[in-house]
Amino acid sequence: MTANVDVARLRDQFRRMNEIRAFELEAIEAAKDGRVLGAIHPSIGQEAVAVGIVGNLRRDDRLLSTHRGHGHTLAKGAEPRAMMCELFGRVGGNCGGKGGSMHIADFGVGMLGANGVVSANITIASGAAHAIKLLGDDRIVCCLFGDGAINRGPFLEGLNWAKVFALPVLFVCEDNDWAATTRTRAMTAGEGAKARAESLGIAAERVDGNDVGAVDELAREAIARVRGGEGPFLIHAVTFRHTGHTSADPGAYRPAEEVARRIAEEDPIARARAHLELAGVAAADLDADVAQVARAMAEDAAFASAQPYPDADGAFDDVQDVGSPRVMAF
Amino acid sequence: MTTYIEAGKRAVAEAMEADPTVWCLGEDLGRGGVFGQYKGLVERFGPGRVSDAPISEAAIMGVACGAAMTGTRPVVEMRFSDFALCAVDELVNQAAKARFMFGGQSKVPITVREPIGMWRSSAAQHSQSLEAWYTHIPGLVVVCPATPADNYSLLLAAIRCDDPVVYMEHKNLWPLEGEVPQEAEADPLGKARVMVAGSDVTIVSWSACVHEAAKAAEELAREGIGAEVIDLRTLWPWDKEAVLASVAKTGRCLVAHEAVAVAGFGAEIAATVAEHAVLKSPIARLGSPRAPIAYAPTMENVLRVTADKIAERVRTMTGVKAVA
Repeated sequence: MTANVDVARLRDQFRRMNEIRAFELEAIEAAKDGRVLGAIHPSIGQEAVAVGIVGNLRRDDRLLSTHRGHGHTLAKGAEPRAMMCELFGRVGGNCGGKGGSMHIADFGVGMLGANGVVSANITIASGAAHAIKLLGDDRIVCCLFGDGAINRGPFLEGLNWAKVFALPVLFVCEDNDWAATTRTRAMTAGEGAKARAESLGIAAERVDGNDVGAVDELAREAIARVRGGEGPFLIHAVTFRHTGHTSADPGAYRPAEEVARRIAEEDPIARARAHLELAGVAAADLDADVAQVARAMAEDAAFASAQPYPDADGAFDDVQDVGSPRVMAF
Repeated sequence: MTTYIEAGKRAVAEAMEADPTVWCLGEDLGRGGVFGQYKGLVERFGPGRVSDAPISEAAIMGVACGAAMTGTRPVVEMRFSDFALCAVDELVNQAAKARFMFGGQSKVPITVREPIGMWRSSAAQHSQSLEAWYTHIPGLVVVCPATPADNYSLLLAAIRCDDPVVYMEHKNLWPLEGEVPQEAEADPLGKARVMVAGSDVTIVSWSACVHEAAKAAEELAREGIGAEVIDLRTLWPWDKEAVLASVAKTGRCLVAHEAVAVAGFGAEIAATVAEHAVLKSPIARLGSPRAPIAYAPTMENVLRVTADKIAERVRTMTGVKAVA
């Protein structure tokens, strides 16, 4: 955390991080009792990346996210109520119940989709940025991916493309140390995302991804450079996944002691809270922030639970115009 | 007269002229494309709209998908359908699914040009006909033009279509000449054409194999067998009505295609005809044996579905012996 803390800004980030955490905690509860129908990948512990980076994008900037994308989507401005409906597969979901957690998207706020395939969003992000260049406006694209994604080909292909065509993309490697259930370091040659980006001539910085102020500061600088026409930039944000890979994964393959220590030392919300208290914000006020977002999320979950499932007939909408299953079942 | 390759280029040029959001991307497009399908277009529209690309098929397809979701109409050049396999996730999991899984928030209007087929000694990785793979994927349209006129009117329709279209030109047809009227327009996708009329047997085919079927029909006509050749033109959606109407008339059906017969699209047609039509003889299929395509002409030719093989199969179906 930098020396001059902007207390109002940090307080806002604290609230937003808590909003994401409350959403995830609510979703995990709902996954346990079957209201969330499929797999979810909670981002608890990674909230500073979502808030610090995505919070600095304009509403009309574009965002590509991952299977662990709830936080990114909320930070881009999607309504938690619609997202909860989507996770529950109900009417009112962002994608009408067709996508669920792993394909959540809200084009209205520039969120072009979470993606179920690791690394696949990287070339799509370069494409969205290519379209910006062709159509000539000053939006940028932000593409978040995990540490595991840098070992798939589209990482190289997508970064190379963005550099060759000098496209406005902010790539963010959200490094939570674990690729599904395998420690990423064990399966990754070399120094990782920053070094790989630099080998392509892409400007890259590493940041403590659990320090929302540091992420915020770097993101603002990187976004200004990308929007200013300097081409792509990569942020390697080092963070930590508090939970297992999915909400159903207890994460028993990780040493319990290490997990407990890292949560205790690195939790981005606890760290922001410590700074706010040090700056004189009353603990009770912060508690009130936390309680308020938790209440709101519980209400959203209750709302979502009360919505009906979509009409089965919708399964045949939005497949394709020509050769639609409505016209030609088989 | 216009060639098949020139007709395709005319379609792309007219689409780009009419719509500034249409652009092309692929390897070597700056030099006119590997077969010359884009020759002159970079001079006319500039390198921004006729864009070179690194040899990164996954990126070409993924970029096209992202650019199509955000207001442009990319024409993707995959060079060979064989190479497009490097971009199957981008096409099948991303482009074909985005509209549906995001609940209709976006369409993905891309045209993916994937040249297919055997010509001469291009061996196992530059000769395949993989059209059936894509017919299996909800969200995709699959087009296989056989004539210059179709390569104009169907490519124009593909570029204007809001769905991702896998557009498979046959490499052996590039120099084929035919009429493409000046006033020609885009044709609706999904309509077959009766190429040769006949009343004894229906031969359903597409792409280069259609011309083999037409040659067979000519030979059979001399023997007194009336073969009706249907050029399917679009595989998804395929023109079931046209095929069933023809089979209702002839009572016999042979599906012939260059691709491997096993699980080829001919199987889908054969099954559909078997479900719906009363036949005078069992439905028949002709396709390549299930073997990779060899380099040496002897071993390559043995896989080809030729006019002779088609005619021979029809004779079996109609119970007529070949004229000595």
